[in-house]
Amino acid sequence: MIGITNGAFIALIALGYTLVYGIIELINFAHGDLFMLGTFVCLSTLTLLGFSTEVGTTGTPWFALLLAMLAAMIFCGLLNVLAERIAYRPLRRAPRLAPLISAIGVSFIFVNIGLFWQGPTPRRFPDLLPQYDFMSQLFGFTTLIRFTFKDLFVLALAIPLMLGLAWVIRSTRMGKAMRAVAQDSEMAQQMGIDVNRVIAFTFLLGGVLAGAASLMYGLYNNNTVFTLGFTAGLKAFTAAVLGGIGNVNGAALGGFVLGLLSALTVTYAGGQWENVGVFSLLVIILVFKPTGLLGQETGEKA
Amino acid sequence: MKGKPPPRGRSTLGWWYTATGKARERKMWGTIVGIGGALLFPVVNNVLGLGWEAKSIPITLFIVLALGLNVVVGFAGLLDLGYAAFFAIGAYTMAFLTSTVSPIGFVREGNHVNFFLAMFVSSAVAALFGVLLGAPTLRLRGDYLAIVTLGFGEIVPLVIKNTPEITKGTQGMNPIGYPEIPGLQFAVDPIPWYYLIVAVLMVSVLITARLRTSRVGRAWAAMREDEVAAASMGVNLVTTKLFAFALGASFSGFAGSIWASYLQVIAPEQFDFSVSIFVLCMIILGGLGNIGGVIAGGLLLGFVDRILFDWINGLVHGVGAAIGNQDLAIMDVSRSRQLIFGVALVAMMLLRPEGLFPSATRRAELHAAEEDEGALEQERAILVDVER
Repeated sequence: MIGITNGAFIALIALGYTLVYGIIELINFAHGDLFMLGTFVCLSTLTLLGFSTEVGTTGTPWFALLLAMLAAMIFCGLLNVLAERIAYRPLRRAPRLAPLISAIGVSFIFVNIGLFWQGPTPRRFPDLLPQYDFMSQLFGFTTLIRFTFKDLFVLALAIPLMLGLAWVIRSTRMGKAMRAVAQDSEMAQQMGIDVNRVIAFTFLLGGVLAGAASLMYGLYNNNTVFTLGFTAGLKAFTAAVLGGIGNVNGAALGGFVLGLLSALTVTYAGGQWENVGVFSLLVIILVFKPTGLLGQETGEKA
Repeated sequence: MKGKPPPRGRSTLGWWYTATGKARERKMWGTIVGIGGALLFPVVNNVLGLGWEAKSIPITLFIVLALGLNVVVGFAGLLDLGYAAFFAIGAYTMAFLTSTVSPIGFVREGNHVNFFLAMFVSSAVAALFGVLLGAPTLRLRGDYLAIVTLGFGEIVPLVIKNTPEITKGTQGMNPIGYPEIPGLQFAVDPIPWYYLIVAVLMVSVLITARLRTSRVGRAWAAMREDEVAAASMGVNLVTTKLFAFALGASFSGFAGSIWASYLQVIAPEQFDFSVSIFVLCMIILGGLGNIGGVIAGGLLLGFVDRILFDWINGLVHGVGAAIGNQDLAIMDVSRSRQLIFGVALVAMMLLRPEGLFPSATRRAELHAAEEDEGALEQERAILVDVER
């Protein structure tokens, strides 16, 4: 169960990768670190509202959580747009390596902002959700597989967000424009689509999802640290690749599969091998099936 | 690729002969000043009393790393983000062959392998890993390759960390064998180390410079510019890429083996992602593909990282103590290292993507993108001429 829940936030971050890649074929290295900053925004908002030390409170301050999530979503969304504006847009026509390196630079900047903001040690995240295990308290089982309120909370937030995203892409004007730009940005421009605006919007969407994921991560794991972004980012990227990069459904599926896989690695090989398992999976997929589970052949772009 | 090679100088060693006129003169002087500066540095250091001899060693060593990465990224255009993995492999091979805590029983009993032999073995092992990783991944497109190498770069330190029965895990391996040359005290004196690394550096420069204009070097350039076109001109993409990858890895292994012996203790944390990025910063800052530029970039970054940060730290602490500000007095400026590198990377890409000291080719390539299609075609034509 922990696998599926972990998979949910991985999937949300992976969506950010895949959206951006789908449109401008850039691996947005800074995305994981954006997520990390999102957890810090949540933490700060909650602290500001007076919920910093609570452990296992009885009443859950839903309003404060909502506020924190909105703050993180807005923050991450805007920051992502800002990064795009400053660091990627001027490089749109440069060789492919240039924006990638620029993204690595942005990621470094984010990590350091996090370091200055919250210091080098892991920070405790207030434990605000009820401790409630459905399996044992509702049905009376005591099994290894637990389904707690926290799991429910994460899934209840993540799945509507994903469905919402799917709706935006499928049914809104902007979503249509996004798909057009992804297919052929020059042609889209000829058709009167403001490509820069569409790309900025994509970054905004990716950032918003990362912001939402950051609140879930914080409440679920109850800690955060400035180096969180790197591994989170790599895992999410693996998930995006697993599902077929550029494919929105694939990213969601990849996230859940990866979550399960890393949970299995932890159980059977020990926690210290988790990241080895994830990265090995990444290498193996890229080598044998670079298009991923749901991806289609994109062809070589010279 | 068959046919008469373009007419060039007949010299086998003078790599500046590839240029003509002013450029050739400049290259020659650059080389002379570089070699002279490198050889005389300890003397200058002594006379001025700078006390940089211990700092010059990592700086020079990282330039060797940068030269190796330059072959992969600058010449062949393959973005490798896991370069530190090969550095680690080289270092641990050296440790396995010469350390008294080696997992190999024969070595542990005191029969440690000669340093210089171990150095070549380390680089060969690193190259082997380069081929093992490269063979399946090199058919991937550029940014996928970057991610695979990044993943590999993460796996290697993690595996080292998680197998303490072989590698001593986070505790690290110590001690590691010294080079043995009669009359030289490698154990206490940094100067022999310095000259050893400078010698390696010069050999590296020579090798990469000769390779750049060789048949395989031209194949790299062709591949970097346009894979499809290169393949249709008869370049074997797989072996050409693989050679670049293995060569880069072997440089890294070489540097790693020396690094292990110099430091005497190696632990997995020394080979994490930031090392790969640091080396990448060097070559991007200096100018991808240009050997002189890479060396200059390496010197500059090494200087900033090892010497300037110390100064600034001292300065800030001094100011803090003088005005009685506790925060300033204990502030660690190197904590913002990453921030500075990050800003530098972004700024470089935006303002001067070809690096501070670019090769003519790359400058043309990067500025071609800013112009319209017609001019781009013209630039391409010129580029082809420049490459010849």
